[in-house]
Amino acid sequence: MKKMPDNLGHFGVYGGRYISETLMPAVMELEEAYRKWGASKQFKDEFAYYLKEYVGRPTPLYLAERLTKKIGGARIFLKREDLCHTGAHKINNTIGQILLAKRMGKKRVIAETGAGQHGVATATVAAMFGLECEIFMGADDIKRQSPNVFRMKLLGAKVTPVTSGSRTLKDAMNEALRDWVSNVYNTFYIIGTVAGPHPYPMLVRDFQSVIGVEARRQIKEIAGRLPDQLVACVGGGSNSIGLFHAFLDDAAVRMTGVEAGGDGISTGRHAASISGGRPGVLHGNKTYLLQDKWGQIIETHSISAGLDYPGVGPEHSYLNDTGRVEYKVITDKEALAGFKALTLSEGIIPALESSHAVAYAMKLAKKLSKDSIIIVCLSGRGDKDLDTVSKAFNYQL
Amino acid sequence: MTVRAKAVKAKDEKVTGRLSRTFAALRARNEKALITFITAGDPDIKATKDLILALEANGADIIELGMPFSDPMADGPTIQASSERALRKGTTPEDVIDIVAEVRKRSGIPIVLFGYYNPIFQYGLKRFAKAAASAGADGVLVVDLPAEEAGELKAELDRVGCDLIFLLTPTSNDGRIKVTVDKASGFVYFVSVAGVTGARASVSRGVPGYVRKIRRFTDLPVGVGFGISTPAQAKEVAAFADGVVVGSALVNVIASSGADVLLKNAGAFVSAIKAGMRQG
Repeated sequence: MKKMPDNLGHFGVYGGRYISETLMPAVMELEEAYRKWGASKQFKDEFAYYLKEYVGRPTPLYLAERLTKKIGGARIFLKREDLCHTGAHKINNTIGQILLAKRMGKKRVIAETGAGQHGVATATVAAMFGLECEIFMGADDIKRQSPNVFRMKLLGAKVTPVTSGSRTLKDAMNEALRDWVSNVYNTFYIIGTVAGPHPYPMLVRDFQSVIGVEARRQIKEIAGRLPDQLVACVGGGSNSIGLFHAFLDDAAVRMTGVEAGGDGISTGRHAASISGGRPGVLHGNKTYLLQDKWGQIIETHSISAGLDYPGVGPEHSYLNDTGRVEYKVITDKEALAGFKALTLSEGIIPALESSHAVAYAMKLAKKLSKDSIIIVCLSGRGDKDLDTVSKAFNYQL
Repeated sequence: MTVRAKAVKAKDEKVTGRLSRTFAALRARNEKALITFITAGDPDIKATKDLILALEANGADIIELGMPFSDPMADGPTIQASSERALRKGTTPEDVIDIVAEVRKRSGIPIVLFGYYNPIFQYGLKRFAKAAASAGADGVLVVDLPAEEAGELKAELDRVGCDLIFLLTPTSNDGRIKVTVDKASGFVYFVSVAGVTGARASVSRGVPGYVRKIRRFTDLPVGVGFGISTPAQAKEVAAFADGVVVGSALVNVIASSGADVLLKNAGAFVSAIKAGMRQG
């Protein structure tokens, strides 16, 4: 199961390369570069060096004792990706990709962003290596994640608002693809999630798999055994694949991907592609999508900008169909309750994305015995969400 | 009929599709094909039918009929906006196929359905191929379906005698050209710029060289498009290509014309482009 995808990027029937011909040579060049350099000792050493010295890895695996006690079920461990430099797991991937961009001689990087975490992580590595950087961000997301917009600008990136379509993450990705087609010779597109044309789903997964590799080692040290359950939120699905991948062959470890339920699946206002969608083709890959009867992509809704996307990485679609990973839904309201519970019981303010995973883990822990172990990927910190959360709770800042 | 005879017949039918016949007839008259793109359902379905007939009357040789998609990643602002207008009117793939069937009652002009993969995939590849062919469509071009992923659709289209047209671009190297022309029929569409669709001020210099390169790999006619907006550009391209594609510039004319002058303006625009090509 860990050997996926095949050499054309297929995870079962999912994945592949559905892009305009102009980009085909570019993604093939990237695949070639990754094959050539990615496996080399020199690349691996350099990647490991920056993850340790710059990102601050390994991130802790922290037992949330008071939260565990409050719920009175399984022990909940938090994989603290929120402690990564820039505040989320996204930087693991951008470091990997910029090291490739540099080797390929690209002078300019572009990226799409929803919550702004991937945009910040891209702007950060661009600053660090002195590359020109442009970030595409939906005009609506720019409004709800303004601290991250400011951070990107401080880091020297150009932030381009996208006003087409639903003005969120999917439209930012459309615009980034259009830019890439137009500047394909000098530009490297740093995709932030495990979606897009092959080799991105594989590449991003490989760079993020450090999360699970560390967590697997850490839990064995701490508890002397593997966990019973892994829980992570799924938008495109990079932090979840990052956590899950190292455990895929551990048959006893169950895994749950938590999708954004918005106002609830039955209302139609959600962003749960697997739970509420069906297979289709968008942004370069075949995968579960939220779409109407005719295959037009529909607008999504989630309180969390980072999960507000109508698709999901193709490997998740595959893992769903094979039953290896279960996909569940947490609504906006439940996510906010998770946010509050973690903040008050542990003094950790989680990102709204990660709050979905926390909320589901709280439900799950209740049903499990006290000697069970759950690892939750705490993919990011919540500073960027304070405005959204204060509105939701009617706080006066 | 022997297996071999059947194979030969199938091959003959393929080379005698309406698209191939049109290119051959034009070649015999020493003319180049004018291929015009419009979005189905923009400004509305009725107008699209009338537009196709008006384009034909004014010199268009082949129609590319855009099937609107919510996320047109390969298109610039003009065609994005056009797709949005068509979708707001509720245009569905079934409507697009109905337009073809209606036009077919009155015209033999070759029609290529031009779109993105997801709506076709949701329609069902077999069902789509059958519906398109029985309505009288002659070809299908799917912007986000490179040769590697096109096998299933190709098989369905072959079964009903419909061409699958592919794009080649300035970034296509020999390897890409080979894989692509191997699956292509009807004609090959060379995208003259690395970029999205949209009218441009000039045709980039390297284009004749790329077209020569493509001809080393295939005998299929080569149409050139992306950015062509004036009679002078059309003339320039007609000098070395078998077909000239005009899209965004025509869509702009349609978008800026009221209902009363729509057919007149679109017709005049196309007729001027065709006149430019004939000077070549």
